[in-house]
Amino acid sequence: MVEVSQPDVVVNLLIFLMATFLGTELIRHVSRLLHTPLMSLTNAISSVSIVAALIVMVGPKNDFILTLVTVAVALAATNIVSGFMITDRILRLFRRRQTK
Amino acid sequence: MTDLPAEYLYVLSIVLFILSLRWMSEVKTSRLGNWSATAGMAIAILSTLAAFQIQRTDLLVGAALVGTVLGTPIALKVPMTAVPQRTAMSHAFGSLAVALVGTAEYYQDLPSINLFTVSVLSAEMILGFLTFTGSCVAFAKLQGLIPGRPFVYRGRNVVSLSTLGAAVALGVYLSLNPTQEFVLPIMAGLALLFGLLLVLAIGGADMPTVIAILNSYAGISAAALGFVLNNKVLIVAGALDGSSGFILAVIMSKAMNRSFANVLFGGVGSRITAGSAGTAQAARSVQAYTPEDVAMVLEDARSVIVVPGYGMAVAQAQHVVKEFADVLQRRGIDVKYAIHPVAGRMPGHMNVVLADAQVPYEQLWEMDRVNPLFPEADVAIVVGANDVTNPAARTKADSPLYGMPILDVDKARTVVFIKRSTRPGFSGVDNELFYLPNTMMVFGDAKEVLTELVASLKRRGGSRQKV
Repeated sequence: MVEVSQPDVVVNLLIFLMATFLGTELIRHVSRLLHTPLMSLTNAISSVSIVAALIVMVGPKNDFILTLVTVAVALAATNIVSGFMITDRILRLFRRRQTK
Repeated sequence: MTDLPAEYLYVLSIVLFILSLRWMSEVKTSRLGNWSATAGMAIAILSTLAAFQIQRTDLLVGAALVGTVLGTPIALKVPMTAVPQRTAMSHAFGSLAVALVGTAEYYQDLPSINLFTVSVLSAEMILGFLTFTGSCVAFAKLQGLIPGRPFVYRGRNVVSLSTLGAAVALGVYLSLNPTQEFVLPIMAGLALLFGLLLVLAIGGADMPTVIAILNSYAGISAAALGFVLNNKVLIVAGALDGSSGFILAVIMSKAMNRSFANVLFGGVGSRITAGSAGTAQAARSVQAYTPEDVAMVLEDARSVIVVPGYGMAVAQAQHVVKEFADVLQRRGIDVKYAIHPVAGRMPGHMNVVLADAQVPYEQLWEMDRVNPLFPEADVAIVVGANDVTNPAARTKADSPLYGMPILDVDKARTVVFIKRSTRPGFSGVDNELFYLPNTMMVFGDAKEVLTELVASLKRRGGSRQKV
């Protein structure tokens, strides 16, 4: 059995706070032009929660738990696939004054 | 985690996620940013699969296949005008996934679950489930499945907040008595109900803020899972998503001069019929013009500013707007687009819709940059926007719009306002602009009016050619 290591709450809290400050600063500098693709991108990134679903999927105690995480994997996978693809599709639309 | 390489690979994917946001700051590097995040995701998933041996590969492959089959057409087929709906749907999917994993983790850890784990899981489940139903309602409103107007009734805030309060109370109870399994479904049900009630009460024009807040919640709940599983990549990715949604929500509510609380519980736009403004100003007359009249004015213009709003997207008028701009530019007229931060149904919506119509992004001007240019503009042409142009926001202290930053459309020499009727905008406030002497109201569908306008300008094409 793979063991999930004991959480170090303080370290994790620090990481969370640092990432929040960093994220806030980074997002402030994103051009308003790109707020829509930014949102589709961050949404795809947050679907990294698929990792959590995969970890729980390793040794489910019963079929109910297995069902929950399998559905979660499918949902997160949908978001990942559609999120990155649509973000690229949107970003390709932004073009400079075209030469006809 | 015992597997060290996986931990190092997680660090790599964290770095790629952070760089990806850095590269999203400008158009030039933005696609690289998306690729960087995609790579970060692939690394996170593959290193997890390598570190943890999952027995049920059949289910794993099946779920991944379902995700690909569902996700691909969504990404490729959704029109740019419908991106807000797609975003709401992805918030729903993401938050449900997180809530389900949280639920699974709770049952998995029973009966030896500690206070920390169960309290974080409770908070995470409440947030996840309410974001799920909230996003579903946002999706239904944006897609037009249910009316976009706020669903309000007396005492709704009391009902909503006591629903949330009960869910939180049950969460606390569950944290203190982790083996009381029966509490979880009730808590989840209350959270689901609260999400439903919360967003039902919010109107269409407030969607940019609401979507941003839901985005933030989805991120925070993912980070909470990271705390439970002691997984750094989840914590960082969730925090980045959470802060992104938060900042966007702040920008949106500032652009409406409203607080979060006011957006969530204020119920603006619910008194369209009640406003005294409508009756008091009914007596004022509005001068209606034809596209032909507008074409005549445009012939003498040197600079034109187009002010697009959600109505443009609804009428699918963005392509004819671009054609209109092309005709003007061929006459040597300078054309800019003035983009209000809350124009449309999600942050940056108008930019995407216009980019889709092949408008070069240099012509898309943010409010702060374009406002000083209105006094020098010969014509400002408003297509499907309303409240964001209302001068009452500057002058009338008793107006609900007062204090909201607006586009200074009224300062242009001539204002052309294309509109279906003089009906007030979302806020329910009459627009002062309609009655100004330099305003030309053109009534009709945005697409039809602009098509006529383009035809009229083309007919005049030979008479006065500028270089």
